[in-house]
Amino acid sequence: MDKILLKIEGVSKHFGGFSALDGVSIAIAGGERFGLIGPNGSGKTTLINCVAGSLRHDAGSIVFDGEEVSRLPAYQRTRRGIARSFQIPRPFASMSVLENLMVPLEYVVHRGLVVTGKTEAQAQDEAMAILRDIGLAEKAVTPSNRLSQVELRKLELARAMAARPQLLISDEAMAGLSSNEVSEVLEILFKLNASGITIIMIEHIMQAVMKFSQRIVCLDAGRIICEGTPASIVQNPDVQRAYLGA
Amino acid sequence: MKFWVSAGIAFALAVIAAATLKNEYYFFAGYTVLMFVVLATAWNILGGYAGYVNFGTPAFFGLGAYTAAVLFKATAAPLALQILAAATMSGLLGCAAGLLTLRLRGIFFAIATIALVVIIETLFNNWRYAGGATGLQLLRPPPTAPFESYVKMLFVLMAALAVAAVAIARYIERSWIGRGLRAIRDSEEAAECSGVPTLRLKVFACTVSGALMGVGGATMPMYLSFIEPASTFNLNYAIGALASPMIGGTAGYLGPVIGAILLSTIQQVVTVTISSEMNVMVVGVLLVVFVVAAPEGILGLIKKWTRSSSR
Repeated sequence: MDKILLKIEGVSKHFGGFSALDGVSIAIAGGERFGLIGPNGSGKTTLINCVAGSLRHDAGSIVFDGEEVSRLPAYQRTRRGIARSFQIPRPFASMSVLENLMVPLEYVVHRGLVVTGKTEAQAQDEAMAILRDIGLAEKAVTPSNRLSQVELRKLELARAMAARPQLLISDEAMAGLSSNEVSEVLEILFKLNASGITIIMIEHIMQAVMKFSQRIVCLDAGRIICEGTPASIVQNPDVQRAYLGA
Repeated sequence: MKFWVSAGIAFALAVIAAATLKNEYYFFAGYTVLMFVVLATAWNILGGYAGYVNFGTPAFFGLGAYTAAVLFKATAAPLALQILAAATMSGLLGCAAGLLTLRLRGIFFAIATIALVVIIETLFNNWRYAGGATGLQLLRPPPTAPFESYVKMLFVLMAALAVAAVAIARYIERSWIGRGLRAIRDSEEAAECSGVPTLRLKVFACTVSGALMGVGGATMPMYLSFIEPASTFNLNYAIGALASPMIGGTAGYLGPVIGAILLSTIQQVVTVTISSEMNVMVVGVLLVVFVVAAPEGILGLIKKWTRSSSR
């Protein structure tokens, strides 16, 4: 097993009197394909918001690549290699698809350099290369507010990739897609993982999670109820109870 | 290159007008129009590019004006120094206000900026050296050669400041800073998760915007030979600075210029032909019309027409 890339230790988060996360501990190895599942309101998105820096957790620690990142703002975490896609796509609507990728390229990859025509052209080439990999090259100059649902999902992943992450958090990237489109997005995620990127997949489409993940954690009411391989997770009575209420 | 040629022509026209036209009223009116070009351009850097609606224009404008007036009273400093001091003070106010208020979003940020106007106005209302509530009379020095009248000189100076303000806004818009600000406007959380230091960028925009608004107000005391808090911190400046980009279009640096020229010219015409009281009503009506019928302003309309005619 590769060395631990992300270590979440006893993370808790409360919203007023509601406990969204209660002492969650997870360790994810570099290059791993990790699945995070759980019924609605179980705390999946809260957990990844805490990891990405969109939310500050109340207790516990988050160590990424050997560094405590709990107090870092989200943009610093992105610069250290944590990228994410959003459950509800959040494209930069006033920009084209290509420009959407230029934002992380300029602020993460080429940051600190004087942006000359040459570096801008270089960044555009890099953006185009990512779009080709993801299958959005033809839409490069299209305004991002004119994309279809699957294209928006791909744009989310492409923009996250433009930040050159070590860890990609895919938050329900397949929600609302047809089975063909799910396969298409799944293929992209496999390809990204093959290039060495660690991936956390949060998903409600069980077939996709089971096919993709090497290891799965199931959350319910802010706590881990079980952890294991996809085969062991489907057999677990706690998981069945959480999902079916049996 | 095209921009600098157009800016050069615009400035040359201002100089030619100052050399040939005799009626001083045109320069009084032209000064106000150009001042609103500066204010609207400054407003658009934070309000248009980053989407943070700022009602605090009078605070930055007024602080710039008072900085220049007090500096002149204390040291008889030349205009260039007054403008520089005004930009510095208003820029510092922008930075401080930004650090304190830019964690707020939407209506909460807008309310905080209105509060800023009240605070700064109260300070100057109670500062006796600056004339307090009754104001401060200033004796203009003679105009610098080759200008024969002070108002004409201020008009040409304001034309130069307007060109500089638009050039700064254009640079910001086209650079990585502008892209970051637009990302903030579209989705602040996604921008932050794309590596954009959102707070730092917003504070930068607020500082530059504040400094330019201060520049817009710096020559006002000399233009009127007088300064007092009630008119200097008037909310009409906030409305004009906000309405111009809304009417012209907030997406690009040309929008505030078009909006300010159109709106301020109409206001000047209304003032002369009907009454000065109608000014605010004109702004209100135009703002409602554009927000409802053309939310992307005149530039948005032009873009739409060219797109549909090319099909």
